[in-house]
Amino acid sequence: MLFLTVLATGIALVPLASILVYVGIKGLPALNWEFFTQLPKAVGEPGGGLANAILGTIILVLLAAGIALPLGILTGIYLAEFGKDRLAPTVRFLCDVLTGVPSIIVGIVVYSTVVLTMKRFSALAGGIALAIIMLPLVARSTEEMLRLVPHSLREASLALGATQGRTIRSVVLRSALGGIVTGAMLATARVAGETAPLLFTALNSRYWPTGLDERIASLPVYIFTYSTTPYEDLHRLAWGAALVLVSMVLGTSIAARLAAKKVNGGK
Amino acid sequence: MNKGRDTFFLQITRLAALSIVFIIIVMAHELFRGSELAFSRFGLGFLTGSEWDPVHGKFGSWPLIYGTLVSSLVALALAVPLSLGVAIFLAELAPPWLREPLSFLVELLAAIPSVVYGLWGLFVLVPWLRDVVQPLLGKTLGFLPLFQGPPLGVGMLAAGMVLAIMILPIITAVSREVLLAVPQSQREAMLALGATRWETIRRAVLPYGRSGIIGAIILGLGRALGETMAVTMVIGNRPQVSASLFDLGQTIASVIANEFSEGFDELHLSALIASALLLFIITFSVNIIARLLVWKVSISQGVSRD
Repeated sequence: MLFLTVLATGIALVPLASILVYVGIKGLPALNWEFFTQLPKAVGEPGGGLANAILGTIILVLLAAGIALPLGILTGIYLAEFGKDRLAPTVRFLCDVLTGVPSIIVGIVVYSTVVLTMKRFSALAGGIALAIIMLPLVARSTEEMLRLVPHSLREASLALGATQGRTIRSVVLRSALGGIVTGAMLATARVAGETAPLLFTALNSRYWPTGLDERIASLPVYIFTYSTTPYEDLHRLAWGAALVLVSMVLGTSIAARLAAKKVNGGK
Repeated sequence: MNKGRDTFFLQITRLAALSIVFIIIVMAHELFRGSELAFSRFGLGFLTGSEWDPVHGKFGSWPLIYGTLVSSLVALALAVPLSLGVAIFLAELAPPWLREPLSFLVELLAAIPSVVYGLWGLFVLVPWLRDVVQPLLGKTLGFLPLFQGPPLGVGMLAAGMVLAIMILPIITAVSREVLLAVPQSQREAMLALGATRWETIRRAVLPYGRSGIIGAIILGLGRALGETMAVTMVIGNRPQVSASLFDLGQTIASVIANEFSEGFDELHLSALIASALLLFIITFSVNIIARLLVWKVSISQGVSRD
């Protein structure tokens, strides 16, 4: 029976290996100076790059993080430190509900609220959609990290005459900082690869980003559109984009985990 | 003065927490409001109608519901035995030095973006299915209605397989945690009775963690039901009900991804939002059931530990 479980583990790792190998082999030849500096060419013209999509993804992720990190961390603080009333269990429950909502539905909701109100597709709408996906992840990971802080630390600070707010800000948050940063990085990596919520919010663009109220290109949306066309040239660019995206996402999540281990190991 | 600042801080955090309540309320409100037109036009026929034809304004979502359920069930059928095997190996059998790197690798699977799974599925998995797997299945098991028809590569089987790979990490990770939470005394008692290691796992460890493992599986199901990009890229996107897994299909999420930005007439948009509402309700219920099951395990643990 040991053999069967080893077999299962082996089979489970085959797709992981296959995906990483293919993304590497097919993506690497597409990456050159042009890829990182040029705009996409019109269909049929050879060459061109996805520089605008790389920049667009970075802008979208920064927007999402700018909205979701403060909100999520404050929510986490509320859940872990203050939430003794009836609101806390409700929020915790709704966090779990929101985590389970398919990302395409977030796209629809942001479309019918933000996009229809602004009367245009925009980077801002895309950022909001990604932020909604990120928010519950950040809130719950922050809450868990704060709960790991030993009570004796809080009591020591209170005994010194600090108020509860002061204790949270200077003692509890400080000692949970490593964990909170790890959670934030994992959540950022997660939304960087999201495609579905961008389809009807940020849409796509062939040009450089010009403003937050304009539609904006992103790597995931380009991978989707290029891979579903019949052109070899665009498939090549899609693999290149996948390699860049996977490196960004896996790089961030591996770094986050290593950092977490270091913090925990140091204690 | 300090007191005042404290209250202010508390209010700020409470406001942030309320933002989540606000988002959920807006979400539900928009979905209900947007789907009104479709439900008032088609009534219950929206759920049972078997024709989804935007060109002629006919919107029955049964083919989408069918596609969503079948692709997810195929995914479960493939992923559950594998994930449980991996979880048992990681929690019970693997040598300690191997456990952490392996869990790490499985978690990496979860970090890969869905659109990259789709890309890989489209250019690597689909050709392999078309040239190797489907002809082989057709030859050996072709008498079953499940495996009939021309080998196209894209279709329900491809969608199910990509989904299986995508939900494997979550089922594995949660069941592994459940297995690790089984008290050591359970194992020792069984071993003391003279059971082998495998008998101990099968008769003591697995039954103890059963509801947690079922919770893990349902959590994976919730993930599979709502998955969009990878499915959209490999399922073939044709709304039809067919017994064969070789046939093309369509899921609720994939129809939205395909048609929402093109649907300009109001009825079409409303029908898409109505199917989004269906998906919301389905994944919501599935997730609640899963959480309750996993939660039950952790509570009973807390009690036994005290």
